[in-house]
Amino acid sequence: MNNSDIVLRLKDITRSFGSLVANDRVSFDLRRGEILALLGENGAGKTTLMNIIFGHYVADQGEVEVFNRVLPPGSPKAAIAAGIGMVHQHFTLAGNLSVLENILIGTRSLISPQSGEKAARKKIMELSEKYGLQVDTAALVRDLSIGEKQRVEILKVLYRDARILILDEPTAVLTPHEIGNLFNTLRRFVSQGLAIIFISHKMNEIMEISDSVVVLRQGKVTSRVRTAGTTIHELAKAMVGSVITIREREPLKPGERVLEFRNLSLKKGLEDVSLSVRSHEILGIAGVSGNGQVELADVISGLLKPVRGVFLVHGKPVPAPSPIEMLSKGVGRIPEDRIQDGLIGDMSVWENLGLENYRDYSPFGLLRLKALRDNGRKLVKEFDVRCQSIFQPARLLSGGNIQKLILARVLSPHPGIILANQPCWGLDIAAAAFVGNRLLQARERGAGVILISEDLEEVMGLSDRIQVIFEGRLSDSMRPEEVTPEELGLLMTGHVNITANHNFDREFEYAS
Amino acid sequence: MRLEPREHSSIFLNLGAPVFAVLAGLAVCSIMVWLAGAPAGKALVLIFRGALGSKFAISETLTRTTPLIFCGLAAAVAFRAKLWNIGAEGQLYMGAVAATLVGTGLVDFPGYLLIPLVFAAGALAGGILLLGPALLKTKLKVDEVVTTLLLNFIVLLFVNWLVFGPWKDPMALGWPQARPILDAAILGKLIPRTRLHSGLLISLAIAVIVWAFMRFTRWGLETRAVGANVRAARFSGIPVNRTIVRTALISGGLAGMAGVCELTGVRDYLTLDLSPGFGYTGIVVAMLAGLHPLGVILASFFISVIYIGADSMTRQLGITRYIADVNTAVCLLTMLTTMLLTRYRIRLK
Repeated sequence: MNNSDIVLRLKDITRSFGSLVANDRVSFDLRRGEILALLGENGAGKTTLMNIIFGHYVADQGEVEVFNRVLPPGSPKAAIAAGIGMVHQHFTLAGNLSVLENILIGTRSLISPQSGEKAARKKIMELSEKYGLQVDTAALVRDLSIGEKQRVEILKVLYRDARILILDEPTAVLTPHEIGNLFNTLRRFVSQGLAIIFISHKMNEIMEISDSVVVLRQGKVTSRVRTAGTTIHELAKAMVGSVITIREREPLKPGERVLEFRNLSLKKGLEDVSLSVRSHEILGIAGVSGNGQVELADVISGLLKPVRGVFLVHGKPVPAPSPIEMLSKGVGRIPEDRIQDGLIGDMSVWENLGLENYRDYSPFGLLRLKALRDNGRKLVKEFDVRCQSIFQPARLLSGGNIQKLILARVLSPHPGIILANQPCWGLDIAAAAFVGNRLLQARERGAGVILISEDLEEVMGLSDRIQVIFEGRLSDSMRPEEVTPEELGLLMTGHVNITANHNFDREFEYAS
Repeated sequence: MRLEPREHSSIFLNLGAPVFAVLAGLAVCSIMVWLAGAPAGKALVLIFRGALGSKFAISETLTRTTPLIFCGLAAAVAFRAKLWNIGAEGQLYMGAVAATLVGTGLVDFPGYLLIPLVFAAGALAGGILLLGPALLKTKLKVDEVVTTLLLNFIVLLFVNWLVFGPWKDPMALGWPQARPILDAAILGKLIPRTRLHSGLLISLAIAVIVWAFMRFTRWGLETRAVGANVRAARFSGIPVNRTIVRTALISGGLAGMAGVCELTGVRDYLTLDLSPGFGYTGIVVAMLAGLHPLGVILASFFISVIYIGADSMTRQLGITRYIADVNTAVCLLTMLTTMLLTRYRIRLK
């Protein structure tokens, strides 16, 4: 290979935010036809680096070269024109516009007399066929599942003729089958001369798809190797500096049924669903997003009212759940959308920590500020929420720390029932292990946990029983030892039919 | 040039924003004066002398500050909950109507009972007027900007009907005004032979109470939470609709008190020119104060200085009075811009 193969070159990129050095002299090259995996924990500086490449941030030092030309810093427009396309982890789509409109945003001249939609639709259809990215261009984006939205994001980038693709944790939302498809797509991209930066924490995926790996830790490159010449173990060490242990799921005898759905249906989204969770038990709900998980979680969170069937908490029916009622019944809820539902970004860390229990700290309606803040300080310490002070606005926390804050708020009152909706989504290994360990601890303490996740590894590792959700229906429950990921994958994608389940009376033999 | 979010916005920055807005407002004002053909430097001096140069000037400025504090608080509280109450003007008039109803002879109480009563009646009337838009917002998702704004005109026409019709004072020589309120309900003067009345003290006390309410009470926390992220507030069990309705009652009540204050402190009787747009100016005051209840006091004072000072300045220099309105408008616009800049920084290239 010679220099002309290099499509993207980073030279000594340094960027600090106040006292924090997010990127410290980061340099590496990306070659034509290469898939480069960028590995690193949350807060390691991956997102900052990508934002610099894409022109959202300006580097304090260093420069970005694309096709041997220095990219003008701070201009996303120049980055797009140079052929860089970015698929963000948090989607940047407008929900009330159609797929087509979302793809076209920013590509059209404001004063063009023709809409150009016809040609655009044709181009999109060609692209989606060529790379196997099926979407309905007329559908509204808000009606799409997370997986479909990702496809739109990728198409949006392809539509702008990107030659360097940056994918920020693209597999986090996909099923094993879909991941396989995505990987085939990515291979097709690189065989046609595109280059890809693939950001992920999942070691096995990195080993499978990438040609080379760059590992970031605390803003510095700690490893830059050919994938073929390294091992998962080496990468993990370069990433975290030490080895993380995940707690064993001890065999426990489940106790009382704490939460039950009996043939529960909603107006839309759930059809004749039954489930039951007992104390000392984690029930995993596996499935591709957009198959009723949101609705299921909303019922347990107290945001949606079932139209048929019975919803029981601690054996008592709850005909019209509300968030406050669920809280008072001891249901801890970890929301899927951390930033929208879990956090009030403009309020301080301590206020966010007190969001569900401030009522206990306000005799006669007056807040006991000192007690609330002390409680905040205690929780920040106990759950290792990294912040400068508890008075800091919560929006300044990193993704992993936001989740720790939510965990602290939800788990500290020791709820008897816990709903964990995609609790590890987008978290790095260390943070995900932290979440998993906390859920296992709660289970040992006697809580019944409902774990909704698209990550099969996570569901199979943590759950005592698993039910698969597909098109608003739940399968019978299975023990993780009894099924393979492939079987679950078939259920998740509807290749094996799910009939209405009636297994809430089915007992399992547990080793005591 | 582009905007980049700031990780921190320091206290210095947050306090600097309104100061900068004020300076920018004065600068634009000076340019206007200069364009009108008068010396800008002298105009600035005249503004401050006209507003603060004598006991009488100060008393006039403070008299004007009082209703602005109430209206500024009304907007600040509502905007905190993202309840866009543009109807303080109407609520002010409803407050005055209720005070007239109670204070012109419906009951014959001594002052220490009657004054609290008229204030309570006015606050209630203002609150109830905003209750409609609040319920329409929570039940039917009707945009409160439209409903509150349009209610202003309905209320003004209602007052118009009252003072020309059933409430017209037969002793007023045909002027469209209601009967004067009882002497017992009239607020005492703070400085004899000026218009400055004890309503100023009430407004200051109320500002402190509102500040404490937002900061130290459960309802205050709920109000702020609903405004900052309504989805997370609902998820965490905060009764969102109840909070909005409660905030509406408080906000409308504060604006209603502005009307009572003008009536019992300055005018003594209900007319159609009770307020020269205090309700609308209250929005500028609230924004200039960064929605902080104690900041509202300073912002009201400043706006009042500009109005009173510009009045006197324009009279002396013989230029148009609208300079004061332009100045407040510029202050609002620069404040909105600088508030953006407290959260974002500009990067050149």
